[in-house]
Amino acid sequence: MSFEMMSNLVGAFFTLCIFSFLYKDNPFYQMAEQLLVGISLGYGLVLTYTRVFIPYVYQPIILKHQWVLIFPAILGMLYLLRFSRKLGWLSRYPIAFSMMAVGASVPMGIHATILVQMRQAMVPIETFNLFLIFIGTIAVLLYFFFSKAHTGVYGKFVDFGKWYMMIGFGASFGLTVMARISLLIGRIQFLVNDVLGLLK
Amino acid sequence: MKKTIPLLIVIVGGIIWVLWAFSPHYLLQEVFYNKFYLPWSYASAPFAMLLGVMSLSMMHSNKIKRRAPKWQYSYFFFAGFIITALAGFIGGTQKGGVFMWMFENMQMPMSATMFSLLAFYMASAAYKAFRARSPEATVLLVAAIVVMLAQVPLGMKISKHLPTISQWILDVPNLASKRGIMLGVGLGSVATSLKILLGIERSYLGGGD
Repeated sequence: MSFEMMSNLVGAFFTLCIFSFLYKDNPFYQMAEQLLVGISLGYGLVLTYTRVFIPYVYQPIILKHQWVLIFPAILGMLYLLRFSRKLGWLSRYPIAFSMMAVGASVPMGIHATILVQMRQAMVPIETFNLFLIFIGTIAVLLYFFFSKAHTGVYGKFVDFGKWYMMIGFGASFGLTVMARISLLIGRIQFLVNDVLGLLK
Repeated sequence: MKKTIPLLIVIVGGIIWVLWAFSPHYLLQEVFYNKFYLPWSYASAPFAMLLGVMSLSMMHSNKIKRRAPKWQYSYFFFAGFIITALAGFIGGTQKGGVFMWMFENMQMPMSATMFSLLAFYMASAAYKAFRARSPEATVLLVAAIVVMLAQVPLGMKISKHLPTISQWILDVPNLASKRGIMLGVGLGSVATSLKILLGIERSYLGGGD
């Protein structure tokens, strides 16, 4: 048995373990699920060590003698006190340090999600499609405005927003299903071509 | 000391971040951002990963100790974690090593299969939605079917106009609905950020003193 074939058989075994959940919850699925979590965590830990800890903590402090970086390293270690009953409050310091960046999200959030979207929604209405987009955006926004009762002509217009959203959700649903199906096709192709093909 | 200083760090630091977003001043762009915040956040970040490792390990070891339902499978978690970590730390992360072999032949097939399982559950969700038989559910399904069919060769065989209709759905009603939702989400997230910045929202500090 070649190394490639053995590797493919391992992949096929775990693929089938996960697929077995379609029948019902079973020990093979449980085993594969926990193994996946463990491997993913181990993978994340090793990559964090090699790509973040070594270049941004070890090398600057130990090799370049940038001693000031000991402070953020200690700050980071305070995260681990989260599990201590007496000193758990110290873990608020690194959390507060990372939460500072929320200040940038105020102006940047206003720019990216409000101003840019509004500017794009208020372009000159030169085509019927642009008119539909403009009306749809207003109707969807008003659908979530609950300070005025959704009744009468206003209610009918607001209802229009619901139809827009249903089409939008349908499109998102369709795209997501297709993405999942392409993954499914990929797995079946792996089982049929890479595994059964090599076994023949 | 326990809550006031972290709160002050967020408020003062947050205001500096607001200034950073508006001003191109050297002190903000170079001293604060490049020389202080970036190296400090990179140096403290890896320990957050350790927190996750500790949290999951404690959860699984407690499960084994208490003989909680399905406790036996927690050994597989530890096996996967320890072997992958050792493979990476001892053998290195280069292609051809045990670490990458485990990633390519165990982690990748399992996670791809896990996501592909969702195709089946989405199909059953679609079936349930169709059974609701409301006009809204019908519109949702028709839009979904058109978008799905337009992406496969079968769609072109049914009608050559299907890709055009699908593209129109994505470019017009879908864009309008997403833009409306995006504006709402944007307003909500800015309001939440302001609440954090002004010290009104403090849940991120956790409970206790």
